[in-house]
Amino acid sequence: MTEAVEHTGADGQEPSRRDFIYIATGGALAVGGAFTIWPFIDQMNPAADTLALASTEVNIAELEEGQEITVIYRERPHFVRRRTAAEVEAARGVNIASLPDRDARNFNLGDGAPATDENRSAMTAAVAEGVEIEDALRASLLVTSANCTHLGCVPTEGAGDYGAWFCPCHGSHYDTSGRIRRGPAPENLSVPVMTFTSASVLRLG
Amino acid sequence: MSGPSTYEPKTGFTKWLDARLPVVRLGWDSFVDFPTPRNLNYWYTFGGILTVCLMIQIITGIVLAMHYVPHIDHAFASVQRIDRDVNYGWLVRSIHAVGASMFFLAVYMHIFRGLYYGSYKAPRELLWILGVVIYLLMMAAAFLGYVLPWGQMSYWGAMVITNLLGAFPIVGGPITEWLWGGFSVGNATLNRFFSLHYLIPFLIAGVVGLHVWALHVPGNNNPTGIEVKSNRDTLPFHPYYTSKDGFAIVLFMVIFAFFVFYWPDALGHSDNFIPADPLVTPALIVPEWYLLPFYAILRAVPDKLGGVLLMFGAIGILFVLPWLDTSKVRSMRYRPLARWFFGFFVLACLGLGWAGAELPDTPVPGLGAIGVDFLLMGRVLTVYYFAYFLVILPILGFVEKPSERPASIEESVLGSSSKSAPAAVPAE
Amino acid sequence: MRLIRTLFVAATGTLAAVGLASAAGEYRTPEDYRFSFEGPFSSFDRGAVQRGFYVFNQVCAACHSLDHLAIRHLGQPGGPFYDPDYPNPNDNPVVRAIAAEYIVEDGPDEFGDMFERPGRPADRFPAPYANEAQGRAANNGAYPPDLSIITRARHYGAPYVRSLMMGYGEEPPEGLTVGAGLYYNPYFPGGLIAMPPQFQDGLLTYNDGTEATVEQMATDVTEFLAWASDPHMEQRKRLGLMVMAYLVILCGLLFFTYRQVWSKVAH
Repeated sequence: MTEAVEHTGADGQEPSRRDFIYIATGGALAVGGAFTIWPFIDQMNPAADTLALASTEVNIAELEEGQEITVIYRERPHFVRRRTAAEVEAARGVNIASLPDRDARNFNLGDGAPATDENRSAMTAAVAEGVEIEDALRASLLVTSANCTHLGCVPTEGAGDYGAWFCPCHGSHYDTSGRIRRGPAPENLSVPVMTFTSASVLRLG
Repeated sequence: MSGPSTYEPKTGFTKWLDARLPVVRLGWDSFVDFPTPRNLNYWYTFGGILTVCLMIQIITGIVLAMHYVPHIDHAFASVQRIDRDVNYGWLVRSIHAVGASMFFLAVYMHIFRGLYYGSYKAPRELLWILGVVIYLLMMAAAFLGYVLPWGQMSYWGAMVITNLLGAFPIVGGPITEWLWGGFSVGNATLNRFFSLHYLIPFLIAGVVGLHVWALHVPGNNNPTGIEVKSNRDTLPFHPYYTSKDGFAIVLFMVIFAFFVFYWPDALGHSDNFIPADPLVTPALIVPEWYLLPFYAILRAVPDKLGGVLLMFGAIGILFVLPWLDTSKVRSMRYRPLARWFFGFFVLACLGLGWAGAELPDTPVPGLGAIGVDFLLMGRVLTVYYFAYFLVILPILGFVEKPSERPASIEESVLGSSSKSAPAAVPAE
Repeated sequence: MRLIRTLFVAATGTLAAVGLASAAGEYRTPEDYRFSFEGPFSSFDRGAVQRGFYVFNQVCAACHSLDHLAIRHLGQPGGPFYDPDYPNPNDNPVVRAIAAEYIVEDGPDEFGDMFERPGRPADRFPAPYANEAQGRAANNGAYPPDLSIITRARHYGAPYVRSLMMGYGEEPPEGLTVGAGLYYNPYFPGGLIAMPPQFQDGLLTYNDGTEATVEQMATDVTEFLAWASDPHMEQRKRLGLMVMAYLVILCGLLFFTYRQVWSKVAH
């Protein structure tokens, strides 16, 4: 249905009427064609069942200080780390102005929040009604995407210049707050939306 | 592709391109300046409509293949997921399913057009044969595609049709197992049917290329059946037939869209929304409407092998049709007797389709009182179907007295060979 | 729609409807009922679909699965509990509350065990039986069919489902023996169905005050099942209207283009 109608340029009896019909037809075809393409593009976007993927619940009760687990949330691995006091201390001592990426990259906060350790840790997680949770525990918990912001490799735990994560693919160094410090990665590891649904369960998403 | 090319590249780039890969020249000579008889009516627009149908089926099919899972445990659910969760999946699947029926609707119009105007006769035998090859490939693609949703009709249709091959002595059994990849229709069958269903449309596209090539060597037939004699008989394809085909295509799309949006299940079968169950056969297994006449021919014969041979023969006979029709006159517009037999032939095909949809021993409404059931009706019409090709057309060429024909296409249009074109009066 | 259907059947001469009726065992043609979703501009009756879901949940779900639907579908555009304030049905509080009433099996947990938890909108409707064999064992050998696409999977569609649910109570015709575990229902092919009558007047109490007669419940549950079978119907018809309007206009424009192009030649 895309037979283009060309202006033939022949001498017509009613040039204005002729031109109007050709232009209107060509225009209608172009508009219709553009609308027709959309469903065929949109079908490749994530389907409704994919978008509705259940959130992931993490049991944090048995997580010991200095221990890290990797969970799958929305098809991607995420680090859940209960940091030691020394690690939190180190993360808090960093001058934000010296960071390559000064944004917290935290979905609980939205764009523009400074990349302080408080803004990166589970201090930013919502707490369900009636749930009580210690501030020290929340501050020690760090949940971030486990895909390097450079090209998506999974960084190695406990390696690199900052003793936290080091991406073996192209040498990106992350600190104990999951912030990029050195290497090709452009952004800090992102922090997913999360909620403490009970004293022992942290829900991602 | 025939006659001297009129394409003249104007810009530097088109000259450069033309000297290396003259695709623009090919397109120009085939679809812009191609001389086309000036008297083609709307029956001649189905070629363009079919091209659009093929493109729609390929595009929607590629989209569906992105979401479909060819496994017996997941196929049915994946089709449901397309209908429910994939963005616009319901639309794409509806277009693809309705599109199959629209494709056949258009191809039957195209075939009957060719039969009426004698488009299969020399020098267009090969053009006709390539067309029959396309039709065969279409039937294969439609059958394979119908199996993929893995509903009850999918499964049992596949079972019945593959079992047809078992009718052949000695080789039948091994061939059937080879086709199944197992001891019955199963996961291996579904997998290979999916693969072949994806392949065949591209084969069709290839043969369509040959079909168009074979059309452009002798040029179009036309309703008078008289060959083009001078350039006063023809018009350039563009803009005359691009505009006419374009109008017809969009008119066809209106019908197409009506089914897609308002009656998507009309041309399918409700049993195919029940997941395939190898333990339960539906009460009545019927193919899609476009294959019903052949199903009726199959059932008209009490012998299994005989029925299979006759069914394949019904299509095979089309390959030799150019040599069965002995008439010197091409178009039935000037064949007073053949026109009647052709009319009955169309009715016979519709009647066979009806018979194929019914249980054989059901009485025909209105004729049941005199003992006519659908089996008998199918048999009578099968005899006529074959007689039309094997008896009527060969004999008619010798006994029929054709009516008077115009001297040229131009004369048939203008009433005389006057060179001044009178004011336009759109015919039809 | 009915006119078009009649014309179509008459014009094509396929008459498939007649053939199927005679083929699949004797059964009575379902009562012609004008559902809210018939016709080219129609939509589902939201209240009826909601009541129908209630009936389904209270009555049908004990034996019938709804395999191809997730709970979140109830809150998607066109669904019975769709709320424009919650474009993502996972956030819809009504849908979340409905989901929480189900117990779904999840797992395995870190010890490899399956566990049960309250449902979430992304979960599928839990099936009443673990597998077909269990379903047959619980129902005298007859497997209650999945109801996700039931109105598209039966020849007469929605009117069939409605008539079937209202079709109990008649005396079987002479010569038809109703065996143990079977019930006479003239709308079921063959007349003998394994499903006992489900509805009686006042079986349920609708919270919108509608009186729960057998006919009302049958109509409502059919409306729900029709939505479940074809959840994009409203979107389909809305888009269809625009597409048809566009194509008709384009058709007219192309016709005038064609006339214009051919105006200077005789043909």
